[in-house]
Amino acid sequence: MNRQLSRLALVAVVLLVALVAATTYWQAWAAGGLQDRQDNAVELVAQFQVARGLILADNGRPLAADRRVRRNGQTLYFRRYPQKGLAAQVVGYSTSARTQTGLEESLNDYLTGANTNLSNAIRRELAQLGGATVHGNNLVLTLDPAAQALALQQLGDRCGAVVAMNPRTGAVYVMASTPTYDPNLIDKPGGYAKILKIRGGCGDGSALLNNATAGLFTPGSTFKMVTAAAALDSGAFTPDSIFHDPGYCIEYGKKVSNAGNPDQKGPEAFGRVTLAQGFEHSINSVFCNVGKKIGAATILEYAKKFGFYSTPPLETPANERAPSGLYYNGKLEYPKHPDTAVDPGRLAFGQEHLAVTPLQMLLVASTIANGGVVPRPYLVQRIVGPDGSTVHTTRPDNLGRAIKASTAADLTQMMISVVQAGTGTAAQIPGVQVAGKTGTAETAVNHVYTAWFVCFAPADDPTVAVAVVLEKQLNGFGGAVAAPIAKLVLEKLLHG
Amino acid sequence: MIGVAAFAVTLLAFRRDYRVLENYKYLFGLGAVGLLFMPLLPGIGQTVNGARLWVHAGPFQIQPGELGKVALIVFLAAYLREKREVLAQGRVKDWGPLLVIWGGAMLVLFVTDDLGSALLYYGIFLAMLYAATARLSFVVVALGLFLAGSAAVYQGTPHVRERVTNWLDPWTTHKVFCPLSGTMTLRQDCTSYQEVQSLYSIAHGGYGGTGLGSGTFTNTQGHQIIPYLNTDFIYSALAQELGLAGASALLLIYMVFVLRGFRVSLLAGDGFSKLLAAGLTFGFALQTFIIVGGILRVIPLTGITLPFVSYGGSSIVSNFLLLAGLMLVSHRANVEVEGR
Repeated sequence: MNRQLSRLALVAVVLLVALVAATTYWQAWAAGGLQDRQDNAVELVAQFQVARGLILADNGRPLAADRRVRRNGQTLYFRRYPQKGLAAQVVGYSTSARTQTGLEESLNDYLTGANTNLSNAIRRELAQLGGATVHGNNLVLTLDPAAQALALQQLGDRCGAVVAMNPRTGAVYVMASTPTYDPNLIDKPGGYAKILKIRGGCGDGSALLNNATAGLFTPGSTFKMVTAAAALDSGAFTPDSIFHDPGYCIEYGKKVSNAGNPDQKGPEAFGRVTLAQGFEHSINSVFCNVGKKIGAATILEYAKKFGFYSTPPLETPANERAPSGLYYNGKLEYPKHPDTAVDPGRLAFGQEHLAVTPLQMLLVASTIANGGVVPRPYLVQRIVGPDGSTVHTTRPDNLGRAIKASTAADLTQMMISVVQAGTGTAAQIPGVQVAGKTGTAETAVNHVYTAWFVCFAPADDPTVAVAVVLEKQLNGFGGAVAAPIAKLVLEKLLHG
Repeated sequence: MIGVAAFAVTLLAFRRDYRVLENYKYLFGLGAVGLLFMPLLPGIGQTVNGARLWVHAGPFQIQPGELGKVALIVFLAAYLREKREVLAQGRVKDWGPLLVIWGGAMLVLFVTDDLGSALLYYGIFLAMLYAATARLSFVVVALGLFLAGSAAVYQGTPHVRERVTNWLDPWTTHKVFCPLSGTMTLRQDCTSYQEVQSLYSIAHGGYGGTGLGSGTFTNTQGHQIIPYLNTDFIYSALAQELGLAGASALLLIYMVFVLRGFRVSLLAGDGFSKLLAAGLTFGFALQTFIIVGGILRVIPLTGITLPFVSYGGSSIVSNFLLLAGLMLVSHRANVEVEGR
């Protein structure tokens, strides 16, 4: 009988081993997925038993803090946002129903101290075993609250965005998006519905959308930075290349007119100009001819080098960032045969089907400021543990070289002229050389424009780059409505 | 307390020779059947969590099936010891008892609505039958019969069907009809709520657990998240507080216990002792597997208890009886070995 008994013993042991395997599966493999599920009543409580880390601006002012609540013998920590709508779309929110957005969502593991760093895991385990409250890590952002507040105040009730960063390091100083909202409202009864109703001055804005990283706008003439970069870097043109501007450019046998100026009746005609002058005065016919010469494929290739057609890296959730490029029926598409499928003239001056995020245009300007290397943008400079030790420090990084340093230098000169004598004179700052580019993109409605200004300063040693976009501006030219905002933000960031 | 008392009394009562039990095997057989069907008696039977496993007598609530299990093992050990040679020949007429037991298990399954108990009793029976006769073909045929019976019960019993559905698809992305509220809801908010929350509880434990006493079992309103935490779902509470390390350690202790039990059975000198020890031990392992496997979605969830851990008087008493039995067999085996 003993043989059968041994076999039975084996069966019994196999049954128990299966249980060990299944337990391992649920606690090690599947645990992460289960913890993220909305109907998880255990996490719903457990998450709020952790004193969530703070989110701080670069001067230490809290953007997100904790609200301690004693309820049924449990100490729970809920969120409050002392700065209200200051950086609402960046910081995001974390509600008592566990919905999260922004950095609250993407860096939740750090904020709840659940990030899998060994010493952190041990510390958390010990704190738990000792019955102490687990404290999360604090995030120290790169945002400058004063400049951020100024940007928001300047945007006012207009829909748009202001983004600013250090073009050398990629540290984001300002990321303002309007319309904005008060994240404290989310947890209040009816608050979320109220936020959804916010439309802003443009009438169709969305407060929850981060316009700086996910808002898609027609770039208009700011895209001439990319076209000019392609023209110069490919060797097809120099800044001194001569063009004849009759006030229009002929494409497919049709006239494509220059844009009008606010103080003039019809389109301007500049006659004999250089490429640099064409850039300074943002002459569409010049760029139309550049586009026809170098072709849509070359322009798109350079756009890609600047980061178009990929979602720019940042700490916010990936679904809150959008890639820039040609959008057909709301879908990003890289044409199979750009030279036949895309109108090169209209692409060259930023119309066609182009849709870009303010962050992407800021990256273009920053690349020029940074000698042709695309900086990697970041919002979190440091993550600090509950004991004050630094858990993580962001090291400035780059996304590769887009253009030659000499091309970047030529473009910088052309952008300086824009501010000194061209379309962007409103951005002049006494004692500081500003390099910039205006943009006034046509919309579906006549005389209503998307106004842009993208710039950096000081031009010889750039420390700040700014991009401003304003939606639906009636007769609003980039140089007239966007440049003054960029100037104020630049001043704030340069001089404090 | 009652468990320890039962343990001590059993040890004392049978310290000389527990093998007298063999003489009363039919009494045990009848007792087992009686206990198994006791919850069905009108008046004292009670349906808890969809399964009819409980009896209440005055202030006490007992699960007679737990004691019935031990009685069944004693009966089987005695019966099979006597009939093993006959059964091993495999004549058709000897299949009678097998069919009777199959019918009994199916009946238990059908009337108590609990797949777990039926699986447990039937599994113990098959294991002991195999140990006694060494006929694997019996086991195969019997398993086939069990599956056929289960399929029929699955068709006929909504409660069992629901358990199987919850096992296969605890989460739905679209709303399904919820028989509990009569409305359309996601399944995880309705019938599979306990299973799903229990998995969340286990997952929350992670590698190291939350620590004893600091697990999260109540929601922010102070209500218990998993209603049957201390009985049916005790393992998910343990797994959360002790983590993978602690839960595995517990299962390893069970494994050691099972191996020791089989060792006792191997060393025992007579057929009755061998079968008794093997039956008790295998029953222990199988019961653990059925309940923990149900919680871990290895098999459909059933309503039986985790040996030694679940907070349930009947279960603790029966498991101490099981332990006492093993100790008696072990003691005797040692005495015999020394005597040689």
